[in-house]
Amino acid sequence: MTFFVKYDFDLACKTLLKEHLDAFDVTYSLGSLGEVKIKGGLSDEQRNSLTTSLKRYGIEILDGQKITLVERIKSAIDELLKDKDLKSIKVSTYLSDTLHYSYAHLSSVFSESTYTSIENYIILRKVDLAKELICNTDLTLTEIAFKLNYSSVAHLSGQFKKTTGLTPSSFQRIMSKKIKHTVNPKT
Amino acid sequence: MDTKLLNIALADDDEDDRMLFSEAIDEIGIRTKLSLFKHGQELMDYLTLPNIVLPNLIFLDLNMPIKNGMQCLKEIRQNPDLKDLCIAIYSTSSSEKDVEETFLNGANIYLNKPNNFVKLQASVERVLQLNWQYHTSNLNKDTFLFRI
Repeated sequence: MTFFVKYDFDLACKTLLKEHLDAFDVTYSLGSLGEVKIKGGLSDEQRNSLTTSLKRYGIEILDGQKITLVERIKSAIDELLKDKDLKSIKVSTYLSDTLHYSYAHLSSVFSESTYTSIENYIILRKVDLAKELICNTDLTLTEIAFKLNYSSVAHLSGQFKKTTGLTPSSFQRIMSKKIKHTVNPKT
Repeated sequence: MDTKLLNIALADDDEDDRMLFSEAIDEIGIRTKLSLFKHGQELMDYLTLPNIVLPNLIFLDLNMPIKNGMQCLKEIRQNPDLKDLCIAIYSTSSSEKDVEETFLNGANIYLNKPNNFVKLQASVERVLQLNWQYHTSNLNKDTFLFRI
C-alpha cells in the first residue's frame, strides 16, 4: 500500500521540541523564529543530551555566535510570509523593526553571505511556498495567489515562470507524474 | 559559511564544453572546486569511491558515450548514499520530452547549454545561487525543480 501525507513543518518541529523539552522537567516557552526560552537554563549534561536527541531530526541548537543575522533575516521573512496580518507592511520596515538594524545594513549583510538579495530570496521563498501549495493542497491558483499576497494570478504565474522556468500548470503536471513514477518506477 | 567551498562535478564528453564551463565557473564570485569527467562511467566510478567528499552539485550532459546522463541520473537516485545529491542536467536538447523525463527521474535543474559565453556564465551563476539557497535555507527539496 502506498499513501501520501501532508505535513505542517512548523507545527511538526514545535511538537517535537515540546516532547523533548518535556522530558527535562524544566519550565520553558517557545517563541517565534525558532527561539526557546528555558527558565533557569540547562545543565551541560542536559544540553548535551538534548543536542543528541534533536540531531536525529535535523534540529540543531545554535550557539551564540552561530545565530547569524542572515538566519534571523530568513526566519523573519518566513514569519512575514505566514502571517496574514503582516501582509500590508513593507518588507524593509518589517525587517528593520523586527531585527533592530537599518534595512541597508541587513541587506548588505544578507547579500554578502548568501550571493543573493533579500528581494530575490523572498521571491524564491514565495515561489517555493506556491510549489508546496500546488502539490499538497487542492487550492486553485487564484486562491494560492491570494494566500501569498500576489495582486493577481497573472502576477503569480509570471513570477513562477520567471523563477522556475516552468509554468505553474506544467510544474503541477510534472509533479503529479513524478509521484506516480516514484510509486511505480516501471511505468 | 562564506568561506565554504562549493564542490561541483561536471560530466561532459565534449572537451570544448568542459573548458568553457570551467572558465565560466572560475569567473563567478562564488568559491568553487570543480571536478571534470569525460563520461558518465568515469563520474559514477568517482562517486562510488570510498571516503570521498561528495559534490554539492553535479552537472550532467545527456548525450555521452559509455554511460549517458540519464543512466547516471537513475543510478544516482537509486543509490542510498547518493540519492540526495543535487543534479543539474546540462544539455543542448530542449525537447519537452527530455526535460520532462529528466525531471521524472529526479533531476533538480534543467539547464540548456547557452550558445554564448556571457549567457553561460549567467546561467551557471544562477544554478549555483539556487543550489546554495537550497543548501542553506529552509526550502522544500521535494519540489526543487527549475528550468533555466
